Amino acid sequence: MTDRIGRARLTPARMTLEDVARVGVAGLRARPTRAVLSALGIAIGIATMVAVLGISSSSQARVMETLDELGTNMLTVAPGKQFSEKKARLPKNAARMIRGVEHVAMAGQTGDTGKAVYRNDRIPSTRTAGLQVRATSLDLLAVLRTPVRSGRWHDTATAAQRTVVLGSTAATRLAATAGDSVWINGQWWTVIGVLAESPLAEDVDVAALVGFAAADAFLGFDGHPTLVYTKIAEGKVTEVRALLNHAANPEHPEEVTVSRPSDALEARAAVAGAFTSLLLGVGGVALLVGGVGIANTMIISVLERRREIGLRRALGATTAQVRIQFLAESLIWPGRAGSPARCWEWPAPSGSR
Amino acid sequence: MTAVVELAKVTKEFPGGVLALRGVDLRVDTGELVAMVGPSGSGKSTLLNMIGTLDRPSQGQVRIAGYDVAQLSDHELSALRAQHIGFIFQQFHLADGVSALDNVADGLLYAGVARRERRRRAGEALERVGLADRLEHRSNQMSGGERQRVAVARAVVGEPSLVLADEPTGNLDTASGAEVLATLRNLNAAGATVVIITHDLEVAAAAPRRIHIRDGLVVADETSEAAGMGALR
Ligand SMILES: Nc1ncnc2c1ncn2[C@@H]1O[C@H](COP(=O)(O)OP(=O)(O)OP(=O)(O)O)[C@@H](O)[C@H]1O
Ligand SMILES: [Mg+2]
Repeated sequence: MTDRIGRARLTPARMTLEDVARVGVAGLRARPTRAVLSALGIAIGIATMVAVLGISSSSQARVMETLDELGTNMLTVAPGKQFSEKKARLPKNAARMIRGVEHVAMAGQTGDTGKAVYRNDRIPSTRTAGLQVRATSLDLLAVLRTPVRSGRWHDTATAAQRTVVLGSTAATRLAATAGDSVWINGQWWTVIGVLAESPLAEDVDVAALVGFAAADAFLGFDGHPTLVYTKIAEGKVTEVRALLNHAANPEHPEEVTVSRPSDALEARAAVAGAFTSLLLGVGGVALLVGGVGIANTMIISVLERRREIGLRRALGATTAQVRIQFLAESLIWPGRAGSPARCWEWPAPSGSR
Repeated sequence: MTAVVELAKVTKEFPGGVLALRGVDLRVDTGELVAMVGPSGSGKSTLLNMIGTLDRPSQGQVRIAGYDVAQLSDHELSALRAQHIGFIFQQFHLADGVSALDNVADGLLYAGVARRERRRRAGEALERVGLADRLEHRSNQMSGGERQRVAVARAVVGEPSLVLADEPTGNLDTASGAEVLATLRNLNAAGATVVIITHDLEVAAAAPRRIHIRDGLVVADETSEAAGMGALR
């Protein structure tokens, strides 16, 4: 270092922030299209990831919330397969007998009347809209923990009258609310209430619920329940499940199907989860491909700007100042990206590099 | 006289085995005006790059303004280029789509001069090379000669103590060439050291000192006491 004795130390001048910004903007202005496209690529990639993550995690969270709320201790009892041609049926007193089983906290039942419900008397009978008229016991709502969205639920009086409570889907399809009339089996029935969605009992969603007494009096219903919903004491589900076939139909326990609706929900959540992982995987690959593409463009743009870098070095730019220039370019973009269209306002150079 | 440029046994071998310089010894003192001549491919540009600290020698020592280039850090080298050396490239190297004024002002970008002042001095420099009416023209809207003059203006705008010009009149007609040379001569008169590579024998003959390069070696170094700069067209 002897040659430095007596000489001024060489120190490069600092660039002001304004100059750094100016150089960065100038670099972008020289290639607006490329700047727009790479920003667009990155933005789409990130948006995809965020969307995939957002949608899936929120839908999964909703299923889990529902399960927490409704509990996993519900079992349903339905008539199952039968070996003779005769259709399997639950005994009329199935619910009562199930209630007798130890650890069964509640049991509510519905019975399919085989009738359909229409908005009015002019609709052809073939257009049932997939809705059923079901007889219901009064304790059904307590078992399902389904709230009444509007109007009210059946009581002993309305259960014997021509009144219905609509499940949420049924109400939507019929476009009916409490106070309206609907047409069942050639007669007008009054809607007295509409239920909220019932995630564990989707058959209730598409039903028009009438009292057992009314079903017997006006619809010729035979009184056999088609579905018994039971609420089991916490932790006893497996134990009770083994007993329900016998309790529901002592004579033909093999004609009874017992199932746990929350299992289906859980399975669905698991499938959704798997699907999400798949989507994430695909999204990840897409992002990777996009990233490699962008890296490629970057490398090309650096290669094609070697000349400019060389010139700036000759004019006295330090390596750090050249780096800062490129950094500034990449940072300035997002600032202007609020309106990508503005890019097109920038005068494009007529010459090419 | 103090030496601005001191080269000792400088060799340069490019990847691929091309030996562009094979042991050049050269000393240029402060305030000299030197013309460098030689056939194409003889290593003139390579030598000028060494002097301009744009390239490092394979072997040998390069001292510019007393600094041993091999001993300088990137920072110090950059400062040396920004503050002491003005370089005119054979291929101009102007930024496309940028006005002549801003191209010239960029010559001061790394010297710590405020933007307003940069542009003011760039305007003056362009005026000196006869482009006062082309300030806002983009480099791709100018003729080859005009571009070359912009490149000259950029090199001299910082009033460097060492000006290195690689064929600054190569693309110019007699009149514009004379203007460019006059600019360089004025700088030289003001104390700057100027090295010009040229193929123009008249230009070379008018310079007080001529260095002949051939096959990467200095083959002749003549000084004509009589030839003053005034004789340069
Ligand atoms: N980057 C490089 N890589 C490899 N070889 C190079 C490189 N630059 C120059 N050369 C070679 O070095 C030799 C000297 O080149 P240089 O550019 O110095 O010649 P020159 O004297 O300036 O010629 P001209 O008058 O045509 O500009 C040439 O043979 C050239 O091919
Ligand atoms: Mg050359």
